[in-house]
This record gives sequence, C-alpha cells and structure tokens, in this order.
Amino acid sequence: MEENKKNISRRDFLKTSGVATGALIGGGLIGGLVGYNINKNDSPTNKIAGTDEHSTQTDQGWQFFRNYREFDIIANATERIYPEDDQGPGAIGLGVPYFIDSQLAGQYGSNSKEYMHGPFEVGAPTQGYQSRLTRAEIFRQGIEMLDAEATKRFDKGFSKIEGAQMDEILTAFQKDEIKMAGVTSTFFFRLLRTATLEGAYSDPMYKGNVNMDGWRMKGFPGHQMAYINEIENEKFQKIEPQSLGGMH
Amino acid sequence: MVTTLSKVDVVVVGLGWTGGIIAAECAKAGLKVVGLERGEERGTEDYLKIHDEYRYAVRYELMQNLSKETITIRNNRKMSALPMRQLGSFLLGEGLGGSGTHWNGHTWRFYPYDFQIKTMTDKKYGPNKLSKDYQLQDWGITYEELEPYFYTYEQTIGLSGEDKNPFLKRKDPFPTPPMKRTPILKKFEKATQDLGYSPFMLPSANLSESYKNPDGESINACQYCGFCERFGCEYGAKSSAEITVIPTAIKTGNFETRVRANVVEVIKSGNKVTGVRYINTLSGEEFIQPAEVVVLTSYVMNNAKLLMVSNIGEQYNPDTGRGTLGKNYCYQILPGATGFFDDQMNTFMGAGALGMTIDDFNADNFDHSDLDFIHGGSLSITQTGARPIESNPIQRDTPTWGAEFKKASIHNFTRTLSIGAQGASMPHKENYLALDGKYKDAYGIPLLQMTYNFTEQDRALHVYITEKATEIMKEMGAKTVESRTPITDYDIVNYQTTHNTGGTIMGASPENSVVNSYLQHWDAENLFVVGAGNFAHNGGYNPTGTVGALAYRSAEGIINYSKTGGSLV
Ligand SMILES: Cc1cc2nc3c(=O)[nH]c(=O)nc-3n(C[C@H](O)[C@H](O)[C@H](O)COP(=O)(O)OP(=O)(O)OC[C@H]3O[C@@H](n4cnc5c(N)ncnc54)[C@H](O)[C@@H]3O)c2cc1C
Ligand code: SF4
Repeated sequence: MEENKKNISRRDFLKTSGVATGALIGGGLIGGLVGYNINKNDSPTNKIAGTDEHSTQTDQGWQFFRNYREFDIIANATERIYPEDDQGPGAIGLGVPYFIDSQLAGQYGSNSKEYMHGPFEVGAPTQGYQSRLTRAEIFRQGIEMLDAEATKRFDKGFSKIEGAQMDEILTAFQKDEIKMAGVTSTFFFRLLRTATLEGAYSDPMYKGNVNMDGWRMKGFPGHQMAYINEIENEKFQKIEPQSLGGMH
Repeated sequence: MVTTLSKVDVVVVGLGWTGGIIAAECAKAGLKVVGLERGEERGTEDYLKIHDEYRYAVRYELMQNLSKETITIRNNRKMSALPMRQLGSFLLGEGLGGSGTHWNGHTWRFYPYDFQIKTMTDKKYGPNKLSKDYQLQDWGITYEELEPYFYTYEQTIGLSGEDKNPFLKRKDPFPTPPMKRTPILKKFEKATQDLGYSPFMLPSANLSESYKNPDGESINACQYCGFCERFGCEYGAKSSAEITVIPTAIKTGNFETRVRANVVEVIKSGNKVTGVRYINTLSGEEFIQPAEVVVLTSYVMNNAKLLMVSNIGEQYNPDTGRGTLGKNYCYQILPGATGFFDDQMNTFMGAGALGMTIDDFNADNFDHSDLDFIHGGSLSITQTGARPIESNPIQRDTPTWGAEFKKASIHNFTRTLSIGAQGASMPHKENYLALDGKYKDAYGIPLLQMTYNFTEQDRALHVYITEKATEIMKEMGAKTVESRTPITDYDIVNYQTTHNTGGTIMGASPENSVVNSYLQHWDAENLFVVGAGNFAHNGGYNPTGTVGALAYRSAEGIINYSKTGGSLV
C-alpha cells in the first residue's frame, strides 16, 4: 500500500485538497483527504471518509490529537466553519487542524495564564468562562460529543456524514442543544469557531494560515515594518504579505 | 522568614505611567526611590518581533497573568461574585511600563466640567437632574489648578495634536504637530463639518515627528505600523514609561527598579505607614521595604485592594452609604456605529492614536435640559490598524460561520469603518469595589471583588450618542450603517476598554473621598495613592492624560511632604 502514496509537497497537497473539496461537498473531507490516494488518475470520490489509509507524507504529527478519528472530526468541523471557496482554501487547506493541535498541547490548552482555582460555579453569561475544564479537556469532550451526536442522528461518525448534516450538528452545539459535562455546548462551539479563525489568520509559524493564504484572501499584508509612505494614499494598496519568519 | 531591608525615602508600588512619573520626579528631586514591580523588566528590544496578532493581541502576551491574581465580578449584590478567569472586558497591565507599554496613546485633558461636575450640574439643571443613587461629587480640584500638570505630562510624552477643539481653550501649544490626515480620517472630517460639527485631530502619543522631551528622553516618529494597541512599539515611537520617565529616573542614580516583586501589604502604624511587604515571585522569599513615603501606583484594582487588605480607610457600604474605600467605581460607555462601504480602504494601516474627533456631544458642551442623562462622550473615528483574527466584520443578518460568513467577513475587512465614543460613566451607589470573601490569589490574599452594572444614565447616554454616530456614518457615505445595540447588562467577556476608574477617589473632604487633591491618603499622611482610581466619575475620554496630570501634581506634593511633613491641604 505504501508505494501508492507519492511524495507530495505542501503546495500540491493544498491544490489537491482544492480538487477534493470541490468534489466532495460534505463528505468527510479530511478523512477523504488523508486517505486520498494521491494518484491523480484516481477519482477523489473513490476514497472519501471511512478509509483507514493515511498518507504520512502530509501528516505533521500530533501534539494533542491521539488518532485520526479525533483529528478528522476537528478538521471537518473547522472546514464547515471556514470552508474552501472560490476565494481560496478553507480551514483544512490553511492547516487549521494542525494549528489547533499544537495550541491544545500548549499554554492555550492548559489555560496556564488563567485563573483556574475553585470553587467552580455556573455563573451568569456576563461573568464569562467559569468551567473547571481546560480548553484541552473541553475540546476532547467536544470531539467525542460531535461524534456521538452524529452517530445518534445519522448512524455514522461525524467525519462520515454529509456537510449539511455536519452543519445541523454544529448548529445544535451552537444553540446549546447538546448536553456537555462541565461546560455548555455553546461555549465549546464558540471556542471552536474562534480557534478556527485564529488558525486561519495567525502568523504561519503557528502552523495555520499556510502560505499566508488566509491573509492573502483578506487583503491583509501581515507583518510590514511601516505604512508611513502609503497611509495617505487614496487608493487601496495591494501588498504582498510577509510573515515574521520571513523577516530579515 | 521576612527580611527587612534598609529604609528608603520613597517606595513606589507598580511601574507603569503613574509609578514611572512619581519615581522620576522624586528621584530628580534627590529622594532615594525604590520601584517594586511584580512583572518582568522589558523595553524596546523586546518588541522587535512583535507584529504577531495571535500572541500579543489574542493571547495577551504583555498583560496580567491571571493564574496568579485576578478579580471577582458580579453585576449586583444578589449574585455570587465569580473570578474573572480570562482577560476580556479590560486588559490589566503587568511588567515594566504597565499598560502604558501596550496602550493606544489617545491623550486627553478632562473638561473643567468634570472636576466640578456636581456643582456645575446642580447649578445648571437643578439638584435633581439625576436621582440620589448617582453619587456625583466634585473632585476637590479645578481644571485651572490642574492645567500646568496636564502640560507637563504632554511635554513628557511629546503629545501630537492640533489646537482646534472649540470647547477647550488651551494655553499651551501641542509639543508636536498632529499625525497624518489619512483618507479615512478625511471622510469623517468632511461629514462632521457638513453636519455643522467641529472635527479635530485626536491628540496622540504616537508621535508625528521625533522629539526630545524636557528630561532629555528621545521619542521617535511613528511609522504607522498598525500593530500598536496591545503591542509594544519597536520604534520607540509610542510614548510609554519605559522609554521616558523610567530611564529619566534611572539616570539620576537615585532610583532602583526591583522587578518580580509582588507587594502584598502596606504596613501601617498609628496614622502613618512604615513601608510595604512584598514577595519575590521567583523565590517566594518575603521582604519588608521600609520607606518614609509609600506610593501606590499599581492601577485601579490593586491600589484599592492593597488598601483593603492592609485595613487602611473604611470600606464603602452600599446599604448605609458609609465608608469611602471602593466607592464610585466607574467604567466607560461605548456608543457607536459601523458603516459598510463599497470601496476598499487601507484599514489595516494605522497607529494606535491615529484618529479624528468631535466633542460636540461631550461633557456639558451641549444642552441636557431635555435629556434624561448628563455628560456625553468624545466621538471619534480611529484608524488603529485592523487585524484579521479580531476583525471579521459582518452585518447582523449574516451567519457567524460557514460559507456566507467567510465571504462577507473577507469582503468587509477592508470596507468597514466604525465611529465610537468614549462615553462618560457616572457613579452609582450599587457600583463599587470590595474584598472577595471566597477567592484568593497565589499569595493567599483575597481577590478584589467588583460589583458593577450599567445604569439608566448609561443606557440613555448610549442611545443618544449612538444616534449621533449613526448620523455621521450615514453622512460619510456608508452603504449600510449599523448602530450599536442598546446596552443591557455589563459583561466581562468582550473587550470594552481598560478605562476602569474610582474606588480610591480624591476629594475635598475625608467624609466622601479616600485621598486629597495631592492624592495623599486622609488617614495616613505619608501614603499616596495614584491612578484613575482617583477619578470621582469617569469622563468622556480615555483616562491617561488626566491620570498623568494628577500624578505630576502628586509628585510635587510628595516632594513637598518630604520636606515639611503633615497634610498637604
Ligand atoms: C489595550 C489598551 C489600550 C489603551 N489605550 C489607552 C489610550 O489610548 N488612552 C488612554 O488614556 N488610556 C489607554 N489605556 C489605559 C492606560 O494604559 C492606563 O490608563 C495607564 O497605562 C494606567 O497607568 P497606571 O500606572 O495607573 O497603571 P498600570 O500601567 O496598570 O501599571 C500598574 C503596574 O503595577 C504593577 N502591579 C500591580 N499590582 C502590583 C503589586 N501587588 N505589586 C507590584 N506591582 C504591582 C503592574 O504589574 C503594573 O505594571 C489603554 C489600556 C489598554 C490595556
Ligand atoms: S503605530 Fe506607530 S507608535 Fe504604534 S507601534 Fe507602530 S510605529 Fe509605534
């Protein structure tokens, strides 16, 4: 099997993902993608969700996720939140799942700069985050619940259902219709949505915003030293983005 | 085990703007000063790779580490107060420079009306304009008395501006000319002029040109890099304590900074204080730093908390109205409107204090006879540099995720402008600070507890000023204008402003205030408490221009006190 998987560069992977997305609205996209046989002659729809073939070439390894099931659920959910379209890549193409993976493994995931001492009470919405859970714990539970909810409603895991069905489930989370332990599903959804945007638009050193394509779509030039010479210009300035890593 | 160190003339607790000003002035006058700061040392060299929205603006790299200390919060006394577990509504400072490292630099003088708000409101509108629940009071100082100190602060920071606000006559010129009038600002300028208002460039501590201040510190010219609010300036072009007053203090040879020193108590004996107790945040060792004069410059929250845990002054009680400590906590009301335009604009270029303002609806610059609120707010357009994680503008009927969201938020990123007011906030008997009975900080000390909600006054002000913002945004030619929704309950989740005020208010009498007009504590003559906590209400502007002026006047008081002792008033 291994020999079927050709070496592909990151850019190729993105291009490929574009093909895949166009063809598979809603099918378990990353499940499809990572299992996608890179042979261009293969129809992408041949290998979608549910396969356990995984291209290690495109894998970056995980700091937080434990298995493809977890990773694929986050990948698919974030892609629904921020989908690929004619403007450019979605969450998957931008590397958002890897961004989330490394964030959950660090300070963000362990809430280490936040007040995490009890007693914990539910509190009013105006009092903000009152969960005893860290973000890493919330995500892990949220992933399980996304999968459980998909199984309950559609008899299939989250990554194997149609896009519209994923949206239905994500909406149920957003509207607090799913019962989670120690946190509301609305809160988990908000966290997921925010993390998706953070991954799409943070500096590429965090593993998201691959190739600065998030910035490019938005017309944001990233890190520039100065705008003193352009800021009085009446015309909109299209500026090639620059990342911190690309600094001289 | 506690180690008692040798006595100094002045110990300053916290090294932001206020601590830096007090330290510089006292050290220049020959006093031996130690500055204790719980956070780290930092300066311009630490900001060279700072154009990183995620780390600095979203994950709050430069701000207070809440795992060590936070506050608790509730909207009213019936609720149980719970810890603010994450930063949100306001971003507390930590480290050398305090919040002044990552501030925007809008620098204002509060109006004469602010300092005598009770007298002037009663005189013009009668004593019952607001109900008795609003604890309006004069500040025990007038604008005229404070004016020279405003100017001193403006010279220290090299304030860039133009003397075109028709509602405030200035005796002194701005130290540097205004910043650039960008196309975005010009849209606002034209619209407000056409509507009959009087726009002027927002006074900015991001400097229009390089400048040397009277202490000999150089501040560079702003490069409009767009990573300003929530960031330190890699050019040394945003005036902040670590590039002005702190080096000034160090140069005298009379000042020592001691970072990673978290003060936990002010030690009082009789009607004086003898020093402070602090903990080295790395080793956990405890020290007593004795001093002739103790100055609290640890921001609104910890200035109040340190007095409370040290039992200095009487805690305010909302049932009886007795006590002054913790009273008159106020915030900032943020009316405004957003406009969606057809054409792309360079919204991502900017500087923290690049903006244009009208004051036609600030203070008592307009008649309130037929209105059910007092005061108002400065209305500004600012071009601070939109960044893509935090700025995803969509209209209210657009979904917040999915294909439509992506399309709209990308489209609008360079086509959206906002006008916002810094609305004044009036004190209310139910809004106050106290000590929490349940939650503790990393040193085992109770957290500060905030009880705060918006009031009827706030809501009325918000609606009225929002209408004005909407009118201007329409005039600017926006295709669609959305007014900010009326405010309901205060919530700590979304960023509003770090313009917390009150709790250690100044005034003319110990009956109704914590400190006198030199910010000298009424109950301990060698204790000074400096910051926006001194405000008896919050005005229609960002606070720091007024905080800086009060700090300079207080420094003068401290120097005089060191010679003569006794009450300064
Ligand atoms: C993002 C942002 C933008 C802002 N923009 C503006 C603006 O445009 N215009 C304006 O007027 N204002 C603005 N502000 C507010 C302004 O930054 C503050 O008003 C000002 O910096 C406060 O100065 P300070 O010295 O009172 O307090 P701080 O700067 O908060 O300094 C207090 C210091 O005390 C230290 N400290 C606290 N407790 C202890 C303790 N127990 N022991 C030892 N040290 C302690 C802290 O670590 C901190 O360094 C902004 C604030 C933020 C966060
Ligand atoms: S906008 Fe100007 S003052 Fe602000 S950080 Fe950039 S260069 Fe410095």
